[in-house]
Amino acid sequence: MAPTDETNPSASTGSTPISRYETTSNPIVAGRGEPLVVVENVEKHYGDFHALKNINLTVNKGEVVVVIGPSGSGKSTLCRTINRLETISSGEIRIDGTKLPSEGKKLAALRADVGMVFQSFNLFAHKTILENVTLGPMKVRRQKKADAEKAAKVLLERVGIEQQSAKLPAQLSGGQQQRVAIARALAMKPKVMLFDEPTSALDPEMITEVLDVMTQLAAEGMTMIVVTHEMGFARKAADRVVFMADGEIVEDTTPEEFFDHPKSTRAKDFLSKLLTH
Amino acid sequence: MDTLFNNLDIFVDGFRMTFVLFFFAAIFALILGTIVGAMRVSPVTPMRAVGTVYVNLVRNTPLTLLMFFFAFGYPKLGLPDVGYTTLAIIALSLYTATYVAETLRSGINTVPVGQAEAARAIGLPFGQTMSLVILPQAFRATVPPMMSVFIALLKNTTIAAGFSVAEAGTIRQVLSERGEPQLTVLLWVALIFILAVGVLSLLQRYLENKWRVAR
Repeated sequence: MAPTDETNPSASTGSTPISRYETTSNPIVAGRGEPLVVVENVEKHYGDFHALKNINLTVNKGEVVVVIGPSGSGKSTLCRTINRLETISSGEIRIDGTKLPSEGKKLAALRADVGMVFQSFNLFAHKTILENVTLGPMKVRRQKKADAEKAAKVLLERVGIEQQSAKLPAQLSGGQQQRVAIARALAMKPKVMLFDEPTSALDPEMITEVLDVMTQLAAEGMTMIVVTHEMGFARKAADRVVFMADGEIVEDTTPEEFFDHPKSTRAKDFLSKLLTH
Repeated sequence: MDTLFNNLDIFVDGFRMTFVLFFFAAIFALILGTIVGAMRVSPVTPMRAVGTVYVNLVRNTPLTLLMFFFAFGYPKLGLPDVGYTTLAIIALSLYTATYVAETLRSGINTVPVGQAEAARAIGLPFGQTMSLVILPQAFRATVPPMMSVFIALLKNTTIAAGFSVAEAGTIRQVLSERGEPQLTVLLWVALIFILAVGVLSLLQRYLENKWRVAR
């Protein structure tokens, strides 16, 4: 590569090697609209408790689906079944056309393509912020340390934590930890991101900084399934709202339809309780 | 004092063998115990079963019987003769590994389940979830009980004396033949053990400080 290419990439044209950095088609956005996550006839029992009842849900590429509902409605359980942190009793879940494997290397490989953000952050307590983000790329994607760190720094900058990269998770605020958790998931270049109540453990002033990152991510075309109680986020960022109650999907519609014209009495009841407080 | 300095050769040889037994048994027990400990929390049922059977079988057998088996049973199996020292190390390792495994398992239980979930969520398979995320944190929590296991191992090495391995436990026997007062000899042996354990305690304090984890 000619040295001029390094200093002025825009000067390069046509078939020079630099052109591979100029690909315009974002792999996340490409193929938008095709089914990415398909949940079919899924049932889940915990002993006598029927946690998920005949769940059918399709999330297309680039779509942001927000799952809301009262506590114990099964929304977190549904989210966790999608990367099999929770097993299902019957039914089928497919990610990008591949049925979820039951255990072992294949499941691990599939999980690498599904980013997950937890309510309690779950950053690796013994590793620094930078190590938290580079662990997956290095061990699962077999990236070189230098490459992984370079990519991690870009991601940390994007979520506004680049100054803290040498610290341990416990030295950061909840909001900062959750943003690191998002960066850690993004470092794997996932096809879809699952958010399991990402702001429920945060102080009010920290919720915004996390939601901002998520809104930006949604705007960039990431496929997202978000379990949340943040109705503002649902209205602003969601393509679809899925309302769950008692283990069932009660409504699956656009945010406008859901918030302004809920059809079921269960949803009306839920929304009225939100509005009175 | 004379008892010690007039027979320094015996003391040095005896304790050298004790430390050889301890050193190798500690390393093998730590490796084997870590594997067995991981097996006991494995998602694969047969792995868990093997780990459980091993721990319960070996841990419930008195160490003396285990030594007996290796000293007298092993040579009858027609396997290559490896010498009593190696056999004693094997017996001590197998025995101590069960305690290491159980100590580690209790440490694994102190690591929040979310740590394993996060590791699995980024695509780490079970082995790497254990080795990169869970065990490093579990080890920190287990430094004090783990040191107790190794202190017990250090003292358990004296049982090998009964099986022709000339370690610290045999010093009294040898010196009584030289006509030394046996009680004095035993007190010296005890004192050296206390000092050796003291070194292990210092190591424990060092590791506790070094691996202190913030949550």
